[in-house]
This record gives sequence, C-alpha cells and structure tokens, in this order.
Amino acid sequence: MSTLAIDKSGPTRKVKYGSMRRSRAWALRWSYFFLIVFAIFSLTPPFYMLITSLKSSAEISAATNPWWVFHPTLSNYIELLGSNQYIRFFLNSAMVSVVVVIITMLISIPAAFALARMKFWGSAMLATGVFLTYLIPDSLLFLPLFKMFSFFSDWTGIPLVNHWYVLLLVYPTLTVPFCTWIMIGYFASIPKELDEAAIIDGASWLQTLTRIFIPVALPGLIAATIFAFTVSWAQFLYPLVFTTSTDQLVLPVGIVTTLIKGDVFNWGQIMTGALLGAAPPLIIYAFLMDYYIAGLTAGATKG
Amino acid sequence: MAEVNLRKVVKRYEDVEAVRGIDLDIADEEFVVLVGPSGCGKSTTLRMIAGLEDITDGDIMIGGDVVNDVPPKDRDIAMVFQNYALYPHMTVEENMSFGLRLKHYPKSEIKARVTEAARLLDITDLIDRKPKQLSGGQRQRVAMGRAIVRNPKVFLFDEPLSNLDAKLRVQMRIEIKKVHQKVRTTTVYVTHDQVEAMTLADRVVVMNKGRIEQMGTPNELYHNPATRFVAGFIGSPAMNFVPCRLEELDGKLNVRLTDRLAFPVPGQRAVRYHNIPRNEPLLMGIRPEHITEARPHDEPGVEAFDTVLDVTEPMGMETLVYFTLEGAQICGRVNPNWGARDGAPMRLAVDLNNMHLLNEASGVVLGRP
Repeated sequence: MSTLAIDKSGPTRKVKYGSMRRSRAWALRWSYFFLIVFAIFSLTPPFYMLITSLKSSAEISAATNPWWVFHPTLSNYIELLGSNQYIRFFLNSAMVSVVVVIITMLISIPAAFALARMKFWGSAMLATGVFLTYLIPDSLLFLPLFKMFSFFSDWTGIPLVNHWYVLLLVYPTLTVPFCTWIMIGYFASIPKELDEAAIIDGASWLQTLTRIFIPVALPGLIAATIFAFTVSWAQFLYPLVFTTSTDQLVLPVGIVTTLIKGDVFNWGQIMTGALLGAAPPLIIYAFLMDYYIAGLTAGATKG
Repeated sequence: MAEVNLRKVVKRYEDVEAVRGIDLDIADEEFVVLVGPSGCGKSTTLRMIAGLEDITDGDIMIGGDVVNDVPPKDRDIAMVFQNYALYPHMTVEENMSFGLRLKHYPKSEIKARVTEAARLLDITDLIDRKPKQLSGGQRQRVAMGRAIVRNPKVFLFDEPLSNLDAKLRVQMRIEIKKVHQKVRTTTVYVTHDQVEAMTLADRVVVMNKGRIEQMGTPNELYHNPATRFVAGFIGSPAMNFVPCRLEELDGKLNVRLTDRLAFPVPGQRAVRYHNIPRNEPLLMGIRPEHITEARPHDEPGVEAFDTVLDVTEPMGMETLVYFTLEGAQICGRVNPNWGARDGAPMRLAVDLNNMHLLNEASGVVLGRP
C-alpha cells in the first residue's frame, strides 16, 4: 500500500506531457461519446424486438410501458418453433444462403485470381466492370430478371419462378461482384514472388491457387463468405418477387407474408421470428469476427 | 548440374529494349554474378533464364537443351528471391519440401533431403517454425534451403542479400560461398553490389543498359577493365578519371595532366600506347590505392607530386585523401600514420604502372593487352 503511494507521488508522475496528451484524452472522450450514441442507436431496435417477443398479444395491445415487459412469456417462441411453416422458412433460408455462398466462392475465387494475377488483354477493365455491376440496384433488375426467368421456363419447360432454387440464380448477381472485388484486392496484396516461387517449385496455376493463395488470403475469403451469407440471408426484394407459395418462401419474406394477416399484425411472433432469424448471422460473426475485421481492412487499403 | 548458354537473347517490353542481345556461356558448376546498376537488364536476364519472362528473341539453353518455351517448373532450376518469398502459412520444413511434395517424392526421401539441407544451412532447430517467427537472415537461409532440396541443375539468386543489414550481408555472403563449395551447382547470381559480385563470383558479368559491358574473373575486371563504366563500377572508392594528353618528347612518352604536371609513362605501359594519337584529349584512369604517400625511394614508374588536400577520411587501416586536379576530384589512399590533414599540403605518389588510358568520348580503355 505504502509503496503504491510512493510510486504515485514519485517524480515521474509529476512530468507534464503537454497538450498532446490532453488532446488525446479529449479525442478519446469524444470517440467514446459517439460510440455510445451509435451503440444505443443500433441496439434499440433489437432490444425492442426482444421485449416485444416476450409479451403476450394482450400485453402488446395494452397501453403499458412499451420498453418493459411485466408478464414475460415464451409463448411466442413455443408457437413459432412449433410451427412447421416457420421451420420451413428457416430451412429454405439456410439452404439458399449456404448454396449461394458455395456458388459465390466457386465463381469469385478463380475470377479474382485470374483478374489479379493473369495479366490478359482487358483484365483491368474487366475488374472494374465486375465492380460496376454491383452498383446497379436490385430494384432496377427484378423486372427484367422476372421476364428472363419466365421466358426461360416457357422455352425449356423448367419452372424457375416460385421455386426457392431460383434464388440460387439471382443472389449470386449480388454477391459475386462484391466478393470478387474484395478478393482481387486481397490477392493483389500477395507478393508476386510468392506465386513465382510456387511456379518454379513446380506448382500449376490451380495448385498455386489452392495451396498458396487460398491459405494466405484466408481472412479475405472469410470476409467475402460472411458478406455473401449476410446478403443472401437478409435479401428481401428478390424472394418477395420470385417466390409466392408458402413452402418456397425464405425467412424474411415468410415472416412478413404469413404473420401479417390482412390488417392484423401478430407483433409478438413477428418480433420473435425476426429475432431468431437474426441469430445465424450473429453467430457466424461472433466466430469469425477477428478474421472479418482483418479481411475488411486489408481489402480497404489495397482494393 | 548443367551449363547455361544464352545466345543473342533479347527482351523487349513494347517500345523499351530491356536486354539487347546478350551472349553468355556459363560452365557447369560455375558461379557467375550479373552485376550492374538498376535498370541494366540483369534481373530480366535472370528471370528469362528462370522462365518467368518470355524471351523476345534469341535462345536460352540449360544443359544443352533450348528451353525458350519450357515452363519454369520443367527447367529444373531453383530461385532465391530478394524478399525470400517464403510461403507464410507453411513451416520451414513445409516450405522446403513444397516442391518435392508437388512432384510426389517418397516421404523418406523428402525427409532426408530436408534434414540434410537444414544441417548444411544450420537451421535444424527452426524446422517447425513459421516464416514470421524468423529473422531476415534465417528466412534467407530457408529460401536457400528450399532451393537446395530440389537438387536442381541451376541455382538462380535475385539480389538475395539486399534486404539484410550490412553486417548480416557480409555473413550471408560467406555462407553462400560455403554452400556453393559444398553443393557445386551452376549458379547465376544477380546483384547491384559490386563487392558481392567480386567476392562471390568465379566470373563477373558487368551489365549496362541491356548489354554486357565486360565479363571476366573479379581480378581481370578490377585490373583490366574494358570500359570507363566497368572501371568506375568495380572497386570502391571508384577509380579516378583525369583529363590528360599523351606527349612524346625525345622519344619518351609522357602523360600530361596539367600545364605544370606531367609524368613519364613507364616502359611496359608505353609499349601498349604506341599507336595512340599524341596530343589528343584522353582520360587517365587510376585507382585510389595507386595514389599513396610519397616515400623516399619509390619504385620505377612511381612518380611523386605535391598537392593540397581538400578532405581526409580516416578509415583506420588507411586514410582516404581527396584533392582536386583539373576540376576533377581525385581520391588517394595513404598510410594513416603519414599525417594527412584537411586542407594541408601533402606530397603524394602515383603508381603509373597501374594507369589506364581511356578514349574520352567512347569511354573505351585504350591499349588493353
């Protein structure tokens, strides 16, 4: 105790570091202030969802404090998880997202490798072009896509519209450009000598990709995977347009179309469904957070 | 083990000619160093031998076979890069064995080769580490180990020591020389450091602007340079160049530096210069070690003169002295005990037995044997 006191009053403690230290302290205070504001801002909706999901319909419609639950109940959860429909939405979403991630990776990784490393005529233009396609909003594309799919069905007899697997064709138009772009930046940051060394060691292009590039660029790959999964999981417009039968719906659309009956909003279950639906991306984020951040920053400086 | 031959090799990038038709024969087990300033085409040449760059024109042969269109992996070469280019996600052992594993060598053979290379390079203890846990020198050893285990026909080194600090560079230089003494593989080594070139090479190839200026043993290049470029590039401090003229008085050949300063050309040099036109502007080249303190009894061909020193640089074992002659700054190397001081007059002696005469315009050394 006494030694501590001596340490604190010792001469080193009295050294003034000048305004650098003080302005740094202020900068910290301000950043914490804004961080807290943003945290409140972004955590309020999930908190409200959680509160509402624990209420019975009677309590929701009663004019009590909306920010607190007085008679917590798990009835919404039991009802929702007991309904085959909700489980079906969940499985559809999971299936679509996982397959889309796989399709995206199968296209993006070789594409990014080719655009980053094999200098062919127009490769730079193509790389920019890939990114530009990402800038076209989906609200502009869904009508032509719908026409294309129905035309394709008429022509081949293979039904596409109103089947969940049509989403496997549509989602990659959103995920592939961005993931390719992220990974071009990532691959470009790998020193050229590394693939030259691999080539001299006797590796083919494919072996260079699988045994050198993919392991080295793993953080970038994970960032791209998370992005593709999140986009697929949260996509609303396309499934709303392309699927209508309840057994073909994915989670976001399913919740909205089945739990809102006419002008009756089943708020308790809507909130519960949305909250449960947000869980898988959260879990993936939590596990891959460190990689994700590393991937984003690397992509930022190079891409 | 193989010889490497280059026949009129040209490399053109759109409108820039990086390598302008070079011929080079490298014997089996020979250690050849390509040296020159940046942009002289030495790295491009090495990369063409490796197969990492296409050849615009000419032929490259390894072991007698033309390899112009052979991909790098089938050329049976190994390369060590300036930035090591170790695979960051693999351990030292995995790095070294990568090439062998790709070629599906038996596990026991891989193990034996890696162990042997690690022992040779003194990295046995590091075998399970990842590259980021290694120092620069250790990484460079691993990169060499990766080349050695492949037991290739040719080793290619692309400025392997440039990323190391000065002390480590000297150490690794000796290391590379030792390795070559044990593993007598044909080696092509690229560097911009003339000291590295001199110390490592069986034969040095000096390149400039995409051409070979001169090739020869380190001593040949040092004592008998063909051009001003080579004379100035090899040796540190660099050779001095002073404008001069040849004069003939009473059948004796003199080299005149200034109105007041002229030296008789020693007999064995005078023979070389008999058909050089007299009284034409020339350059005299003389190395700093051939300008020393004047001693009472100098050998024939060593001529004394007086000058005033501009600057002195004590190096310990010698003192470098700088003075001005005809607008050119001249460097000499004198005994540190001779009392050379900044701004002080000093009597120096120049050893004309080692002088060179150069054509002022073309830079060609005249009267070479």
